[in-house]
Amino acid sequence: MATADTPLLELRGVSKAFGAVQALYRVDFEVRRGEVMALVGDNGAGKSTLIKSVVGIYPFDEGEVRYDGEHVNIHGPRDAAKLGIEVVYQDLALADNLDVVANMFLGRERTRGGLVLDESSMERSSRETLDSLSVTTLRSVRQTVAGLSGGQRQAVAVAKSVMWDSRLVILDEPTAALGVAQTRQVLDLVRRLAERDLAVVLITHNLHDVFEAADRITVLRLGQRVAQLERSQTSQQEVVHAITAGTLDHVPGMEDVGRVEA
Amino acid sequence: MTTERPVDADPGLDPTAARVEPVAGQALADEVSGANLSGYARLWWQGIRAGELGSLPIILGIGVIVLVFGFLDDTFLTERNFTNLLLQMCGIATIAIGVVFVLLIGEIDLSVAFVSAVGGVVMTLLLRPDDPGWPWWAAIAFALACTTAIGFVQALVITKAGVPSFVVTLAGLLIWSGVVLILTTQASSVGTIRIQDETVVGIANDFLSATAGWVVAGLVVAGYALVELQNARTRRASGLYAKPVVVMALQIVGLAAVTFAAVWYVNKDRGVPKVAVILLVFLVIWSFIASRTTFGRHVYAVGGSAEASRRAGINVDRVRIAVFMISGFMAGVGGIMLASRLRSVATNTGGGNLLLLVIASAVIGGTSLFGGVGRVVSALLGALVIASIQNGMDLLGLASGTKFVITGLVLLAAVLVDAYAKRRRAARGVL
Repeated sequence: MATADTPLLELRGVSKAFGAVQALYRVDFEVRRGEVMALVGDNGAGKSTLIKSVVGIYPFDEGEVRYDGEHVNIHGPRDAAKLGIEVVYQDLALADNLDVVANMFLGRERTRGGLVLDESSMERSSRETLDSLSVTTLRSVRQTVAGLSGGQRQAVAVAKSVMWDSRLVILDEPTAALGVAQTRQVLDLVRRLAERDLAVVLITHNLHDVFEAADRITVLRLGQRVAQLERSQTSQQEVVHAITAGTLDHVPGMEDVGRVEA
Repeated sequence: MTTERPVDADPGLDPTAARVEPVAGQALADEVSGANLSGYARLWWQGIRAGELGSLPIILGIGVIVLVFGFLDDTFLTERNFTNLLLQMCGIATIAIGVVFVLLIGEIDLSVAFVSAVGGVVMTLLLRPDDPGWPWWAAIAFALACTTAIGFVQALVITKAGVPSFVVTLAGLLIWSGVVLILTTQASSVGTIRIQDETVVGIANDFLSATAGWVVAGLVVAGYALVELQNARTRRASGLYAKPVVVMALQIVGLAAVTFAAVWYVNKDRGVPKVAVILLVFLVIWSFIASRTTFGRHVYAVGGSAEASRRAGINVDRVRIAVFMISGFMAGVGGIMLASRLRSVATNTGGGNLLLLVIASAVIGGTSLFGGVGRVVSALLGALVIASIQNGMDLLGLASGTKFVITGLVLLAAVLVDAYAKRRRAARGVL
C-alpha cells in the first residue's frame, strides 16, 4: 500500500537503447508528492528519453515503473494522462492561433450536450486556474497565444497541465528561453505546484533554476544516474562535478570491464 | 435557419441570480477598456493596425467594385443584374466553403472544380429519363456520396502515405477532369447532356415569392439577434466580459439593414433565388460547426499547430480526413448548383477558371493560406467580390485575356493583404 513516504513515481533499473546507442542504463528515479525533483545532466545524458519513456512514447527495454506504490504499464500519453501525469514540453505545444482558453482545454473541450462548446464554463475555469496559480500578467484569457511573452506562454502551458486533477507534472526546460524576470515568475509557479502537493519533475540545464526551485536533484550522465542529492545538503560545485564527471557504473562499449572510474 | 444555434438553458446560470464575481487579481485591461462604445472602437482600430483585419479589406473591396463598375456600366447596379450576380455567385461560394476548411488546416485542394463536375455529371446521368431515371433526391444523394468519397480517398493518400495535399489533389485535378470527359463523351456524342428533371432545374432557376423572401430575411436577422443576445446573457450571468449592448445593437441593426435592403432589391426583380437560400443554410451550418463545436476547434488547432494538437490527444489524421470529405461534399453541392443553373453538363464542366475563382474566393474572403485563420463566411464575401468582378467585366464586354489578367491581379492583391496582415500580426506577436 501507498504510504505518505512512498514516492508517487518510482523507476527501478530502467533501460532504453536505440539500436547500438544505450540511451538509459539501469536508471533509478523517484519523485514524491509535494516536492520538486530536478533532473539535470548534460546534452545527451538521457533526460528527454527518460521522460518520453515515462509517458509511454518509447517503451523501456527493461526495469519497472511504479506509480503510487503500484506496478504500472504506460503505453502512451493517454495512459499517462489517465494516471494524472502531465508533461509541459520545451516547445510548449500550444497552438498560436487559438486563445488562452482554447489552448488550456485543447483536446479536452467542455461541451453542452456533447456537441456545442461550453465557452463560458471553460473561460471561467481557465481564469480560476490561472488565478489560483497567481498568474496575473495576462491581458485577457481571450487573446491568442501568439501575442503572449515567453513567460506568459510558459505559465499558460503549466496552468494547462494542472487543470486535469494531475498529480505529477513534468516540466521540460521551462526557463530555457526566458529573461530574468520571467524565469523568476515561472520558478515561483513551479514552487506553487509543489505547495499544492503535486509531484514536480523539473528538467533543466540551469543550475540557478535547480537551486532556486528544487528540493532534490537527480543527476544523469551518459544514460546513468550518477547522483541523487538533497538541495539543502549539496552545492553547485558538487552538482557540476556530478554532471561532468560523475561516477559511471557502466561504460558504453566496455561492458566486461566492470566498474570504471570515468 | 438558425435553429441549429445553441440555446443556453443552464438553469444554474440565471442572470437574476447572484452574480458570480469576476476572478480577482486578474489584470484584464482589454475588458475594462472595451466596456463602452468608444473603448470598443479603439480596441477594434488597434486590432486592425496589428493586422487583425477581419472583413475590412473585403468590405472596402466591394465598395470599390460598386463604384468602379457602377460608374463604367449603367446596368451593373440594376436589380436584374444584382439578382444575376447572386445566381452566379452561389455555386462558387458553396464550393469555396469546403476550400475554407481545407485552408484552415493549412492544406490545399486543387481538385474541387473537377470534383464538383463529377457531382454534376453523376447526378445528370442518373436523372436521364428511363436510363436509369432515378428520382431527383436519389440522384443528388448518390452524386454527393461520390464526391464525398473522392475527398475521403484523396485524404487517405495524403494522411497515410504522407504525400503533400498539393500533389495529391493536383493528380486528382487531372484524374477527375478525365473522368468527367469519359462520362460525358460516352453518354452523348455531342458531349452535352440536358437535365430534364424540373426539381433539379429549379434549384438554381426558381425564386421565392416576395413574401417568402421577407420571411427569410426576418428569420436571418431574428436568428442572429437571438444567438447574440443568448451569448451575452450567458456570459454576463457567468461574470464574464460581454460585448457592450450598444455595439451589439449596432451590429444587429446593420445586418438587418443589409439583409432587408438586399431582399427589397431582388424582390423588385424576380425575388430571392432558391439557390441563395440553400447557400445560406450551408453557411449557417458550417459556420456553426467551425466556431461552436469541438470538431471545429480541432480544425483550427490542427491548422495552428499540428504537433500541439497531436500532443493534446487530437487525432490529427482523422480531422484532416474529415476536412477533405467536407471539401468533396461541398464541391458536389456546388457542382449540382452549377449544373442546375446551366440545365446541363458538358465535356467542359468544371473546367475553365472555376478552380481559380473558388480558391480566390476563399482567400479574398480573408482565409489565410498559412492555416488556422479564417471564417466560413469568408467564402460568401470572397465569392461576392469575385462574381461581381466577373459580372462587371462581362457587362463591359472585356476580352477573355483581359478578364484573366484582372482576376489574377485581384487574387494577387488579396494574397498580398494576407501576407502583410500576417507580418503585422507577427510583428506585434498576435496571430
